[in-house]
Amino acid sequence: MAANNIRHALFCAIVTLIISFPILGLSLEAKGVNITLSGAKTSTYVAIVLAAVAVFVFQIFRDTFMGALGKLPNLNPLAGREPMEQNKRVKLESWLLTGIVVFALFWPFLVSRGSVDLATLVLIYIMLALGLNVVVGLAGLLDLGYVAFYAVGAYTFALLSQYTGISFWMALPIGALLAGLTGMILGFPVLRLRGDYLAIVTLGFGEIIRILLNNWTTLTGGPNGIGGIPEPTLFGMEFGRRVKEEGNTSFHETFGIAYSGEHKVIFLYLIALVLAVITALIIRRFMRMPVGRAWEALREDEIAARSLGLSRTAVKLSAFTIGAFFAGFAGTVFASKQGFISPESFVFLESAIILAIVVLGGMGSQLGVILAAIAVTILPELAREFSEYRMLIFGAAMVLMMVWRPQGLLPVRRVQITLNKQG
Amino acid sequence: MSMLVLEDVHTHYGKIEALHGVSVEVNKGEIVSLIGANGAGKTTLLMTVCGMPQATSGRIILEGRDITREPTAQIMRSGLAIVPEGRRIFSGLTVEENLHMGGFFTSKSEIRKSQAHVYELFPRLKERENQRAGTMSGGEQQMLAIGRALMSSPHMIILDEPSLGLAPLIIKQIFEIIGHLRDEGITVFLVEQNAHQALNLADRGYVLETGKIRLHDTGKNLLANPDVQNAYLGG
Repeated sequence: MAANNIRHALFCAIVTLIISFPILGLSLEAKGVNITLSGAKTSTYVAIVLAAVAVFVFQIFRDTFMGALGKLPNLNPLAGREPMEQNKRVKLESWLLTGIVVFALFWPFLVSRGSVDLATLVLIYIMLALGLNVVVGLAGLLDLGYVAFYAVGAYTFALLSQYTGISFWMALPIGALLAGLTGMILGFPVLRLRGDYLAIVTLGFGEIIRILLNNWTTLTGGPNGIGGIPEPTLFGMEFGRRVKEEGNTSFHETFGIAYSGEHKVIFLYLIALVLAVITALIIRRFMRMPVGRAWEALREDEIAARSLGLSRTAVKLSAFTIGAFFAGFAGTVFASKQGFISPESFVFLESAIILAIVVLGGMGSQLGVILAAIAVTILPELAREFSEYRMLIFGAAMVLMMVWRPQGLLPVRRVQITLNKQG
Repeated sequence: MSMLVLEDVHTHYGKIEALHGVSVEVNKGEIVSLIGANGAGKTTLLMTVCGMPQATSGRIILEGRDITREPTAQIMRSGLAIVPEGRRIFSGLTVEENLHMGGFFTSKSEIRKSQAHVYELFPRLKERENQRAGTMSGGEQQMLAIGRALMSSPHMIILDEPSLGLAPLIIKQIFEIIGHLRDEGITVFLVEQNAHQALNLADRGYVLETGKIRLHDTGKNLLANPDVQNAYLGG
């Protein structure tokens, strides 16, 4: 046992050395046309060795450490408590959510423009994650190409605005419906697939859409993207300094206030907030409807669900379509927020991040997914000081999370549905 | 009056033929047992009735309606219910929710009625109403699987190996309930490896061997048949 431990610890330390030495200890420098390999400072080497020693020590005493960690009773003060009654819990949850939404309504007026901008992005990710939560968390269909539907929503708005001059409010339902339709079209061929196979097909589909956008230069502008996407208007009032479209007025003139770039940012934030709340409410509704039950049944046991007369086609397609619909929603908002989109915004990494949000939040749990979306979007921003290491830190945080809390931040506590006892 | 008729049904898995022309008839209100060794095609026969996989030739008639080419979802909504092999309850859902899934296509008042009826048949399930189904014992899960199938008020119920992996005492209870279902007028098609009990209970029985019906007689006669005794009842 002890010898085994030491061998394992040695192995880990050597792996640490092998990984960190070339990354940190060597650097390529361009001198004229030549590239030379040079070593780092001595202090870096010392740090690498120290890190390896630390890994070695930790691995040797790992069991002791982990045992001690588990014995810390104060780490989680709620651990020993009885779970709340369902009615009470649901009530508390809705109060909490209402509180958060009300706070979020007033919050942008108190903070800087940059924070509001970031918060808008967070809200877009919340919409995306809530949508993917239907497909992955509820229906149990692993979708690795979810970003494709996001792209469909964004490009629908961008292209329509470019060719027909459509406004944001018109594009919002059209983008969402088109994305939903795309979801349905993708749904048909993959109906028979499950698990890994489904994941690979959806992954391929996501790439097809991205490559299509990239190469169909005559329509989409290819890698150059599409710019000049209009911002949303408020009953025909524009938020720019000057009115771009005839017949519109500008927001600051109508209300007789000085022009400020912040109005636009805050307005976009509020739109995203309202749409995110609508998304959450609609999906919440779906979860309590028979179709939500059917998704869960299909996830739990496909054969049993079919033996009860549930149509696999209808159940899977509805999950795919609804998930894609909300991705289209988010895509339209995203296009409007950026004012410019290119295929680069819709790479596989986006799908992976949205999936990570769903998994980190606790599959199927709405509140958990919302919290995870906030954490996953804001953490890399906070860690900006660590510049190139921030993705490393992000990755490490995810690994630790999965080790210690594999069920997610707030694992789903299913709401039981009972019939009223009286006839 | 026949409830379910299979006429010369052939079923293929890809290119391999699993059923070589099977004909079975189940009359209204009786219990028919299908016995056979591992790999004889018992489960395939049941799944063919349910439409997954569909029969490649032959006809399947349920209550006078040809269902050979109908999709599974439609077949399962027309008065037929199945208790699949290995129970296949929704382990993450509570007992009550499992039952409600069984009545997915019926009205709320129907669900209420069938639920009360299921709790009458299995008082044990009533006690466990709010428990997650996966945390129950095997016997209780089997009861739940039968209860869930009964929720759609079927005219006919198909049971695939209900005794699988259960203690003898529980098996006895399950078979009692199956007998009780017949008394209520539900037609039962029972597939079992536990040949002795299955034939004892059955009005009629079929013996399936490598995709073909070998024998067909009343339950009592089959029990007394020396071939059946040798092959399935341990001599």
